[in-house]
Amino acid sequence: MSAVFSLVLAIAAVIFLVVAAGVIYSAVRYRSRGVAIAEPRQIFGSRNLEILWTVVPLLIVTGLFIVTVRAMVVIDAPQETGRPSDLVITGHQWWWEARYPNGVVVPWDIHIPTSRRLRVRIESADVIHDFWVPELARKMDAVPGRWSYIWLEADAPGTYAGTCSEFCGAEHAWMRFRVIAEPEPGFEAWLKRQAQPALEPQGIAAEGARLFQTKKCADCHAVAGTGPSSGKGPSLAHLASREFLGSGISRNTPQSLALWLTNPQAAKPGNRMPDTPLSADETRALLAYLESLP
Amino acid sequence: MTGLGAWLCAIDHKRVGILYMLSALLFFLAGGMEAMVMRAQLAAPNLKLIAPETYNQMFTMHGTTMIFLVAMPVLTGFGVYLIPLMIGANEMALPRLCALSFWLQLMGGVLLYFSFATGAAPDAGWFSYAPLSEKAFSPGAGLDYWALALLMIAGGSVGSAINLIVTIATERAPGMSMRLVPLFVWMTLVTSVMIVFALPALAASLVMLLSDRLLHARFFDAAQGGAPLLWQHYFWIFGHPEVYIVVLPAFGMISEIIPVFSRKPIFGYPFMATSTVAIAFLSYGVWVHHMFAVALGRNFLAVFAAASMLIAVPTGMKIFSWVATMWGGAIRFTTAMLFAVAFLLEFTVGGLSGVAFATVPVDWQMTDTYFVVAHIHYVLFGGTVFALLAGVHYWFPKMSGRMLDEKLGRWSFWLIVLGFNTAFFVQHFLGLLGMTRRVYTYPDLPWFGALNLISTIGAAILVFGILLFCANVAMSLFFGAVAGDDPWNAWTLEWAAASPPLLQNFAEIPEVRSRRPLWDRKHPEAPDWGVA
Repeated sequence: MSAVFSLVLAIAAVIFLVVAAGVIYSAVRYRSRGVAIAEPRQIFGSRNLEILWTVVPLLIVTGLFIVTVRAMVVIDAPQETGRPSDLVITGHQWWWEARYPNGVVVPWDIHIPTSRRLRVRIESADVIHDFWVPELARKMDAVPGRWSYIWLEADAPGTYAGTCSEFCGAEHAWMRFRVIAEPEPGFEAWLKRQAQPALEPQGIAAEGARLFQTKKCADCHAVAGTGPSSGKGPSLAHLASREFLGSGISRNTPQSLALWLTNPQAAKPGNRMPDTPLSADETRALLAYLESLP
Repeated sequence: MTGLGAWLCAIDHKRVGILYMLSALLFFLAGGMEAMVMRAQLAAPNLKLIAPETYNQMFTMHGTTMIFLVAMPVLTGFGVYLIPLMIGANEMALPRLCALSFWLQLMGGVLLYFSFATGAAPDAGWFSYAPLSEKAFSPGAGLDYWALALLMIAGGSVGSAINLIVTIATERAPGMSMRLVPLFVWMTLVTSVMIVFALPALAASLVMLLSDRLLHARFFDAAQGGAPLLWQHYFWIFGHPEVYIVVLPAFGMISEIIPVFSRKPIFGYPFMATSTVAIAFLSYGVWVHHMFAVALGRNFLAVFAAASMLIAVPTGMKIFSWVATMWGGAIRFTTAMLFAVAFLLEFTVGGLSGVAFATVPVDWQMTDTYFVVAHIHYVLFGGTVFALLAGVHYWFPKMSGRMLDEKLGRWSFWLIVLGFNTAFFVQHFLGLLGMTRRVYTYPDLPWFGALNLISTIGAAILVFGILLFCANVAMSLFFGAVAGDDPWNAWTLEWAAASPPLLQNFAEIPEVRSRRPLWDRKHPEAPDWGVA
């Protein structure tokens, strides 16, 4: 893409300079000061010039078209239609969810192995979103009722910023995510950790686990690392190990997590989480439980 | 009738034309205020001046207002005012339709803004993609107001377009063949034909949306067998021709103004007219470049990429012709000409950044970023609005009988140029850095805060320039120097009428033998019909 963009930029710069030079030269050279006495020579056109500035741009765009199609073939290589997806990514209002072949489901931070070309299926659970990690792939709209595929590949380990790029409602601005690429062994270890079930909660956390069910948190949020999600809210499995909350709107601190419990609309205005009345003790118990999810 | 009643009941094309322009100015100020609210919220990272929902209402109303309640009506207003005068007619062919079209348009705007009073302004963006615009995701009444208002506006637009087509077809002065009409008339004609073919696609999509929202139909509901992409196809089959609908009449204005202030005829009239027709045809075959980020298949996208690139050719021809018109002339830098020259440069930037979006791999990164925001504003503000400001400075003496103040005009020009370019040029960089459009806030990433602050400062300067322009218009209306019939020593027929023209434009219908009838009259020794 960057080579194609540089080419477009260079062509645009040359054309702009030609036009600007013509305008500035005319403005300086042919400026009439004071009272014009005689009219300048009346020129109605020039067939040759007009043909010239039709044909030259035509040649330029023909060349650009060829470059475009070639780049499209490289970026959007044909999909091997029989091959299963390495990763399924679903856009929700306003968070992203990644599903791995072994059943692991994670929101926000999408881990991938380096130096492997992944076939990624993009879906939407509600409205149209757009999956965009500028450094790794083309952007792709997530359209409800359609499966769209892209190739996703990171050559070097690292953390790559991504965001939703199609306006999707109130919190479109905070529908960000990260792609974390690491070498195969590290990735496999991470995936194995995600598949592990949560530990049996102890003490106050056990009370929180009970509240998680009775206060209907579990209707929307899964806590197991694998298995079906409700599709309504992001999975909270391994929440304690996450760096951010709310698709990047805040860091994962006890204070910001407590705000999500007591006043979700203050944590992320417009989000779809309903208010749940909680006493101070209940909030404390739920917090203890959530922070015990490793 | 006199006073207000005379305006409310007006069917004379000059009065209706001015009503169009005044209503557009009013909505322009409203849309500008919405833009300033957005620029304030974006001045620094993570600001919380307004709620996300309010921000979304602001950009939805800003876009809808500027396209449907400013650009289209003001250009129609210029057409309705000027076309009969330019073709030597005394009235529009269908004067009552003319008034009806205006009131439909205005009432559509009133209905749209009434949604603010109900607390439910539309908030799904000016192209309101389904299913976000469906009841399930936008339960308030805002989208209903939006769709109903646009239906009224679409009706009004088609009415005025038909009227302009009929007027140009039937009311031309004796001898004025289609090869001799001013280019503004040509471009308004092409625009009107485009409106007649494009707006029904919008109306159809609005009816489908309203059916889904109010009658439980399922046009765009994927879960029920509908197709969300159907909305996009319908909307952009309207939406891309729409871009040219609000640009071509501006081209027409520039094609009148640059020749007069360069003292030369337009360079390559037949190419200018033909390339306009070419743009109109091509504009119906490029809509998918708004949807390149959807998985639609490579060959399908390639066809639309080719058409989108091709459209740069006739557009480029126009720019070169305008430059060639200035070349070798005797240029008078009035305020009108200054705006026209700034138009040339800024529109070239907007046109060239458009080529970037036709280049599919670039579009796959840059679409829906601030690069798009910069691009459309270079086309629609740097292009259309600058051409309109040139047009106001050029034709104000004809419409009011008084000159605009040149000194104030120059001040407002430089402020507007400075403000506009400061506000929007940096947005190219924001897009390249990855800032997506339609976000109510952004994280404190490198350069984001600084560039957004520069943009906001530019917008404030721009507002100041526009207010100065408004003050100039208001003051000159009462205190401006008396203009006389032909203050610019111009060549087209409107300058043969009185300033302002009487109810009957021409006491006697002039006979036309060339494209510049007043040149022929002023230069009997070398008339155009002896040369061209």
